[in-house]
Order: sequence, then structure tokens, then C-alpha cells
Amino acid sequence: MGSVPISWFLTLSAVLFALGVAGFLFRRSIITVFMSIELMLNAVNLSFVTFSYQLKKVDGHLFSFFVMVVAAAEAAVGLAIILTVFRNRKTLNIDDVSSMKD
Amino acid sequence: MDSFIVISVVKAVVVFGALLTALAYLQWVERKVIAHIQVRPGPYRVGPHGLLQPVADIVKLITKEDLSPPFVNKTLYLAAPFLAMTLALMSICVIPFGPAIRVGGVQTWMQLTDLNIGVLFVLAVSSIGVYGIALAGWSSNNKYALLGSLRSSAQMISYELPLSLAIASPLLLSNTLSLRLLVDSQAGGAWRWNALRGPFPQIFAFVIFLIAAFAECNRVPFDLPEAENELVAGFHTEYSSMKFASFFMSEYANMITVSCMATLLFLGGWDAPWPARYGSSLVPTVLLAGAGLMALYHGIHPWRRRDRYSLPAAGAVFLLAAAVFLLPAVQSWLMPLFWFGAKVGSILFAFMWVRGTLPRLRYDQLMGFAWKYLFPAAMLNLLLTGFLVAWGS
Amino acid sequence: MDVVIFLIFAIIAVACAINVVVQTHPISSAISLVGVMGSLAVIYLLLGAEFIAAAQVIVYAGAIMVLFVFVIMLLNAGAEATKGRAPMAHLLGPPLLAAFLGILAFVVRRLFPREYTAHFGGFTHGTAKDVGRALFTTYLLPFEAASVLILIAIIGAVVLARKEMD
Repeated sequence: MGSVPISWFLTLSAVLFALGVAGFLFRRSIITVFMSIELMLNAVNLSFVTFSYQLKKVDGHLFSFFVMVVAAAEAAVGLAIILTVFRNRKTLNIDDVSSMKD
Repeated sequence: MDSFIVISVVKAVVVFGALLTALAYLQWVERKVIAHIQVRPGPYRVGPHGLLQPVADIVKLITKEDLSPPFVNKTLYLAAPFLAMTLALMSICVIPFGPAIRVGGVQTWMQLTDLNIGVLFVLAVSSIGVYGIALAGWSSNNKYALLGSLRSSAQMISYELPLSLAIASPLLLSNTLSLRLLVDSQAGGAWRWNALRGPFPQIFAFVIFLIAAFAECNRVPFDLPEAENELVAGFHTEYSSMKFASFFMSEYANMITVSCMATLLFLGGWDAPWPARYGSSLVPTVLLAGAGLMALYHGIHPWRRRDRYSLPAAGAVFLLAAAVFLLPAVQSWLMPLFWFGAKVGSILFAFMWVRGTLPRLRYDQLMGFAWKYLFPAAMLNLLLTGFLVAWGS
Repeated sequence: MDVVIFLIFAIIAVACAINVVVQTHPISSAISLVGVMGSLAVIYLLLGAEFIAAAQVIVYAGAIMVLFVFVIMLLNAGAEATKGRAPMAHLLGPPLLAAFLGILAFVVRRLFPREYTAHFGGFTHGTAKDVGRALFTTYLLPFEAASVLILIAIIGAVVLARKEMD
């Protein structure tokens, strides 16, 4: 009945976060980019819950709860924006949605 | 530790055996109920009164050719029915069927496991149940299937809100999320059930829960995802053989789960509607004995030749069952099972009754109903309950 | 036992997360992301966060990701084109990420030595009751702000997704 070192949880969180960053940087589909953001938020939630365990306080759970609330709001608005972008430009590739840049 | 594992395995086998049998026979019951509503006999050929029809259906479905159409997304196409089936059967793990019983010197609960967050567990499992349908429709590479699964995901997200709000208000009265404690808090008779007890009877929440549950199970009048006159067969158009059967079974398993949840949340679980000292323990005996005597009477005055033998035999079986309910040794665990089964059965009957009675809604009516009427009603109910509970304490 | 469970679900989570990044089709990414969220929920249970685990499955896997899948199906989004990506990102990205990960792991190792361990049942104050009590006492103001945020998000989504934009 071994115990799991706290650092393993945090390392897992870091790995997931890095993968989220990778998806955010390398992918070209708006939806996948958006999903990578969700992956990063999940990774951060894991660290909050781990810290909560380490400090024996419930506050970390509250933080991850609020992250979930914000993620839900963000998904609703973000997906509505994606719908509008797709309706106006007929593409989901972020490289094609750069008319504000130039 | 070892005995725990043995007991758990035995309980799991018993529960899943009973559940799968119930699933097979629920379909027979439904066909019979619908048939009698429409004044026709229903399945009649296989076995007496078509009682072996489920067996014939299973043989038919297994031996059918298992087509998998070209241009489907293979992985997801194969995973979808498996996912639907697994998630539909999973909730039964936390459903309690009765109190603690003692079998051969071992004390155990009539429940696979009790979670502190049992209600949330059931909600979570049902909320990811939509993936089975969504992926089935998407991976089939068929426009009707895609439309069916789109409708289904939109419908399930929408109806999950009133469902969750309707679940929240009885939880305020019972003050727990564990399904076992939920039933304990309603013990003592029908006036203590969450559907009826003060300060604010949850009868409205019960009705909202049932309506939303109809939509969650894709049942008539909310069966838009498989509306056959618009979408061929909806999300499972491209499925055949056992893959089709697993969608079918997952629908029935979902029906059983929501009926169990309605029973536990609103109708006091396995508790009798009035205490045993006023004779509630005699109810099954009286019912079964009545049925047995009626069968005997019709056996003596038969309509047809063969009734002279078959009806007395059936009557004898009913009378025997009535006698079994009088034995004190089995009463302790048979009575809770009887009441639980009776409540769940009544709700399942309501599902079938509605299917035989109501026409299907139009899609905009369906969404409008959820957002404009059901959701505000559930919200208002929760607010009122919250105020009254806070005021009373 | 705890270690085995942690390792199984950590490996599932990382494998699914890699799948999220490398799959070209959005729906495969979405399903893999659901896998990450499910295994994280189990890890939350291991850490005694039962309410958060349930909320993770209900909110993330059951609502947000269903919304993603719904939008992917609605737009009929096909596989992503692999051509035309910036070569610089491909050359510099992986080493930079590996370096970032290495630094993070090093810091974590320094801050949390091996004596700090977690086991199932070591923290039992993550129940719905405890979270609710904290939510409606200490965190009442953020809670109200979050409800306003959600209201704004609802209005924003309705305005954005309207058919006519005039």
C-alpha cells in the first residue's frame, strides 16, 4: 500500500500543461486550439487539487471549481464565436482568419 | 477482505443477471402494453402469451449479418454501441434495492456500493451517456444518422438542466447525496416521501423530473433523434445485429435507471407506503391471492378448451407466490424488493402508457418546451423549496 | 495500490493528451480530451476531492465537451490540413517545450521532496458539504461574480450565434 509522492501529481500536471501548450502552438484548427486551452485548464486544476491535499485545506477545490465555471462560460462564448467565424469565412483554419493582422 | 470480494462478486452477478433479464422482458412487457392500448394481442406466437419472444429476439439479433458499411469511421463506429451500453448499465452500481439483509450469517446491503456522492455519480454517468449516441450518428457517415445525433445532443444538454434542478430540490429536504441515506430520510410512510412531505411537497419536481427523464431516454413524445418518418431510424440507421441491439438495450437500461432514481428521490425507495403494523406487508399476498383466485375461477368456467388446464396451473403458481410472501423468513428482504419493484414498475408503465398515447413533438416545440417552460418551472420550484427549507430550520 | 491506480490513470491521461495534440481530426481530439478528463476525475478521487471529481465529469466531460462535439458535428469540420504550417514552430517548438517541462519538473522536485506523499483517504474534507460551506461563506463574493459572468456568457453566446447579424 504505497503512497504516491506529491511531486508525481505536479509532474503529471506539468506534462499535461506542456501538451496543451504544444497543441495551442502547433495546431491550426480553431476548435483544436480551443480544446488545447481546456487541456491546460485541466492541468492547472490538477495542481490546485494536489495543493489542496498537501495543505489539508478545501480552498484548492474551490479554485478548481471556479476554473470550471469560467471554462464553461468560455466554452459557450468561444464556440459561439467559432460558429460566427465559420459562417462568415467558411473556414476553421486560424491562419485564414488573420485579416485584422494586415 | 476476501469475504468482501466474494460478496461483491456474488452481488454483482446477481444484480447484472437480474438487470439483463429485466431488460429482455421489459421489451416484451412494452410490446404487450402498447398492443393492449391499441386493442391487439401483441406478441403471441412464441411460447404462452409470447413469453419466449425475448429469447427468439436475442437469437434473431445474434444470428443476423453484422454489416459495417464502407466509409464509416471504424474506431468510433465500433466504440459507440459499446460506450452507450456500458454507460447505461453503470449507474445500477449505486442504486440500493433494499435495506441491509442477513444471508447465511453474512450482513450485507442490497446495493452494490454506496457512494457519498451517489446522486452526482448517476448524474455524471448519464451526462456522458450522450457520447454513445453522438458518436454513433457522426461515425456512420450518413446524413440521417448525423441529424439524429445532432438532435440528440442538443436535446440531452437542454433537458439535463431541468433534470438536475428537479433532483436538487428533494436533496434540499433530505440533506444528503448518498442514495442509501436518501431513502432512510424518507422512511415511515407515504406522507414522509419527498414527493409529498412538507414544508414544500416535491410533486412538481417529480413531474418535471419525469418529463425531463422521458427526453433523456429519447422516449416518445421526445424521440426526435430516431423519428422514423423524418430520419429513417435516426442515429442507429447504419447499425445492425448486436450493435443495434446494444443501442436498444441501452435505451431500456436508461429507462430502468431513471425509474429507480425517481423512486429513490421522490417515492421513498423500498419503504412501504404505510407502516407494516397497519397491514402493508399483506399487500403483495392479497394481490397475488386475488390474481390466483381469479385464474382458478376462470379455469372452472373456461372460455376455451385449453383454459381448463392452463388457468388452474397459473392460479396455483400465483397462490404459491402469495404464500411465499407470508413466510417471516423471507419477508424481511422480499417486502422491500416488492415495494421497490412496484414503484419502479409503475413508473416504467407510465413510460409505456405515454408511448401508446401521445404523438411526437416537433423539434422547435421540443426545445422551446425545455427552455421556456420546464427550466423556469424547475428553477422556481428549487427557489421556493430553498426558501421554505431555510425558513423552517 | 494507490501507486498502481495513479500510474494507470496518469498514463491514460498523458496518452490521451498526446492524442489530442497529434490527431488531425477534431472529433478524435475531442474524444481523447474526454479521456483525459475522465482519468483526471479518478486522480481527483485519489486525492479525496470527490465533489470536484463529480463536477469534473458532469461539467467538463458531460457539458463542455458535448458542446464541442456538437459544434464539430454541426460545422462538419473535416481533418485539418497538414500543409502550410510555420517551419519555425516545428523546429523550435519541441525543444523549447522540453526545456520548459524540464524546468517545471526540477522546480517541483525541489519544492516537494519525496517525503510529501498522498494516499487515498488522507484528506476527507473534499465532500459536497465542505465545498458548499466554503463556497457560501468564504467565497461568497467570487460565487456571485461567477454567476454574473455566466449570465454575461449566456447573453454573449445568444447574441453571437444569432442567424442575422444586423
